[in-house]
Amino acid sequence: MDVKEIRKDFPILNQEINGHPLVYLDSAATSQKPQPVIEKINEYYSMHNSNVHRGVHTLGNRATEGYEGAREKVRKFIHAKSTKEIIFTRGTTTSINTIAYSYARTNLTEGDEIVLTPMEHHSNIIPWQQAAKAVGAELKYLPLQSDGTIRLEDVENTVSERTKIVAMGHVSNVLGTINPIKETAEIAHRNGAIMVVDGAQSTPHKKVDVQDLDCDFFTFSGHKMCGPSGVGVLYGKKELLEEMEPVEFGGEMIDFVGLYDSTWKELPWKFEGGTPIIAGAIGLGAAIDYLEDIGLENINKHEQELAAYALDQFDKIEGAEVYGPKERAGLVTFNLDGVHPHDVATVLDQDGIAVRAGHHCAQPLMKWLNVTATARASFYLYNTKEDIDILVAGLQKTKEFFGDVF
Amino acid sequence: MSFNNLDTLYRQVIMDHYKNPRNRGTLEGEDHLSIDMNNPTCGDRIHLQLQVEDGKVTDAKFEGEGCSISMSSASMMTQAIKGKSVDEALTLSNLFSDMIQGKEIDTNGLDIGDIQALEGVSKFPARVKCATLAWKAMEQGVGEDSKE
Repeated sequence: MDVKEIRKDFPILNQEINGHPLVYLDSAATSQKPQPVIEKINEYYSMHNSNVHRGVHTLGNRATEGYEGAREKVRKFIHAKSTKEIIFTRGTTTSINTIAYSYARTNLTEGDEIVLTPMEHHSNIIPWQQAAKAVGAELKYLPLQSDGTIRLEDVENTVSERTKIVAMGHVSNVLGTINPIKETAEIAHRNGAIMVVDGAQSTPHKKVDVQDLDCDFFTFSGHKMCGPSGVGVLYGKKELLEEMEPVEFGGEMIDFVGLYDSTWKELPWKFEGGTPIIAGAIGLGAAIDYLEDIGLENINKHEQELAAYALDQFDKIEGAEVYGPKERAGLVTFNLDGVHPHDVATVLDQDGIAVRAGHHCAQPLMKWLNVTATARASFYLYNTKEDIDILVAGLQKTKEFFGDVF
Repeated sequence: MSFNNLDTLYRQVIMDHYKNPRNRGTLEGEDHLSIDMNNPTCGDRIHLQLQVEDGKVTDAKFEGEGCSISMSSASMMTQAIKGKSVDEALTLSNLFSDMIQGKEIDTNGLDIGDIQALEGVSKFPARVKCATLAWKAMEQGVGEDSKE
């Protein structure tokens, strides 16, 4: 994998920020977009734009082919059995909310339990809180080990016949923890529960096979994997989706509409009310092509190397605390002793280095870590060891600056 | 290595307020105003207490967690409004808001204390909300008081 060549595909990286070359280390928030994706969206709007699924005219056919073609690309990408199981949404948040509204509120009753981990992103906590409140179900949290991992024996002990849903992030956006989804799904199923996976932080970086994981629902966002913002995916097993009611009603999703009653289209369209995210889906399809061309295995290996290198370098920074396990995805969440992460991020930005600072939409996890905020550097296929060296130099400078002013 | 830009943001006086916050703590008794405010995008939070007697801020204390800008701003704000009338405190808040948006301000002889030091925040749009948190809390507190 030639990172120098890959970087040429990302026009945004070729610029200076505050007089320094941009070092973009915030891909866990959103990734940058390669030229083929930008061009594909441009081409769609320049040449083929039309509404889908009503194409008597040529453009309508082209738009429909592009949109449904993207669905097939997604199906293959995550190895789903059928395109009926691939629903385009606005993103991971909408995908999880759809499950919480449609599945959880119908299938859960008082006394049922939903099992989560404390490392979840807010979007994999709040939809369940709201669903639990609506039906009188309870939330149970798996305990975290001191390195930010979960143990399968704790899953065994927490999941019971009262559990109806286990919802878990595939990869933690803060700790980089890679969770044992397949094993957890097996425990969930043995207890009669379904397995919901927040794949926002895994899908961009490693090969996902929903059949192998045997999860019931899998969700992810396009914008974190070189695709445009505003498009995401809800994968669900067909037999579950077929039993579920749509959440949004209106155009596109209907079969027959009467004055007092209506029926829905078949899967997947019954969940896609309104004009869908056509350009977004086509852009996501182009992103999948781009990533598969390079190879998810290669991308994953590259990021693993960067993470290992970063951990080694952080070891050498006195006063830097890194959170999360040694074996991790390509991100490093940290704090510098005595300097608030916002101040760290501001100083780094002066050198063109983009990192995230704050609670990373994981306030319960911040509480568990006993911090109010952290800084995070996250890597993708276009990052280099040199980026990490610049980051480390920036952190040394931050320490020097705040050491001076104190 | 140049720290020029950073120096305009992190002036000595700001760092001094961050490291040695004035009026940090809690007021005794129960007849004071108490305001909790947070910045949901970053997690900064402040608990502000104001003693207002006869339209005058006689005491102010704060507790909270946040970056150097938000905490130093809270320290400076409490220092600046203590002993001022509620109207003057609100005038200060408007002046402060204008200042960190990069506007020219005319203090009209009002003692603004150390708050001028935060002028440099105007060059860092992402940090404006850090600087205004404590002032927003103060405005909410005296606003609720005047409604009663």
